[in-house]
Amino acid sequence: MPSNEQIFEDKIEKEIRIEPKDWMPEDYRKLLIRQMSQHAHSEIVGMLPEGNWITRAPSLRRKATLIAKVQDEAGHGLYLYSATETLGITRGETVDQLLSGKAKYSSIFNYPTLSWADIGAIGWLVDGAAIMNQVPLCRASFGPYARAMVRICKEESFHQRQGFEILLTLSRGSEAQKQMCQDAINRWWWPAVMMFGPPDESSPHSQKSMQWKIKRFGNDELRQKFIDVCAEQVNVLGMSIPDDKLRWNEKTGHFDFGEIDWDEFWNVVNGNGPCNKERIAARKKAHEDGAWVREAASAYAAKNNHSSDIR
Amino acid sequence: METNSSSENWPLWEVFIRMRQGLDHKHAGSLHAADAQMALENARDVYTRRNEGISIWVVESKYIHASSPAEAGEFFDPANDKVYRYPTFYPLPEELKNI
Repeated sequence: MPSNEQIFEDKIEKEIRIEPKDWMPEDYRKLLIRQMSQHAHSEIVGMLPEGNWITRAPSLRRKATLIAKVQDEAGHGLYLYSATETLGITRGETVDQLLSGKAKYSSIFNYPTLSWADIGAIGWLVDGAAIMNQVPLCRASFGPYARAMVRICKEESFHQRQGFEILLTLSRGSEAQKQMCQDAINRWWWPAVMMFGPPDESSPHSQKSMQWKIKRFGNDELRQKFIDVCAEQVNVLGMSIPDDKLRWNEKTGHFDFGEIDWDEFWNVVNGNGPCNKERIAARKKAHEDGAWVREAASAYAAKNNHSSDIR
Repeated sequence: METNSSSENWPLWEVFIRMRQGLDHKHAGSLHAADAQMALENARDVYTRRNEGISIWVVESKYIHASSPAEAGEFFDPANDKVYRYPTFYPLPEELKNI
């Protein structure tokens, strides 16, 4: 009789999805809870920098689009929280981990959105990087995660396009609008490049995640792919990427790029980015301000259940 | 004809089947059974005789709450006028690749 471990490893090897009721190593479960809940938290916290511009969107069309996008992020957070719950952690526990700072979320959302152009840059660069990360997750070895990612990727296809469209419009506008566009790209470029996480050799979770086929590509490989794509796309905007070492390398078939400031990355991850405190404070406030709504809904349901028992 | 057999009172169960590894459970149909174990075994015999599934969920029908078909129009109305939720709403230049 093969052991539980052997059956599990055999499924991973043969690309058979692991489902919630299957036996799985405790470390696999923990790694998934960590990765999936962080992903969910990122979707939820990600609503904040963009939500900042809903009331000031420059037209009704832009406003409707931005609302739709932020609504999508909320939905994506919910898909991922419920997929995480299949691993035996409750919704309350995951939310508490975010609010207490025990769980992280993508460090990109700790940067401020200073101008309208930032909404464009987020769509193009931040969603672009997210999509690069997420498409391979549609084949993650854990079934509920993979299926949530299929939904998410499908819905996100408009996010990046609307962002690029915002930048394209600015890039064809007045001198001030062009400057705004370039300024946003300058500020979001490096944080977006860091979204892929630390280099593979200093990312133990990433290696384990690849071994178990949760992630399919290393951080550096995805980062390179992202840079290659953006280095071409920026030409359509007539803008530039803020990296004077960025140039095509005939030999490698990729763009070379400058050094990443990992000190900045770790500084933001460890809570000292421009908006870390503001983001968590906003989530806590939303959670506390919403408490009476949750209580009222429970009380109403309890009352109705009671009367339907009599039927 | 026997109209008063105890099986008349067996609850109705909805059956969901995962056809292949990696897919969602999909609704297949329903059946009557005295308890969950019987419902699972009967579902296997009724719905997966030709290997149509690798996993079955059963849930008592009374626990399923459905939206009302008569109210479908207004219920789903919020999504009807939001073309900006689709990528085709954002025209971009031909030369832009990989987006």
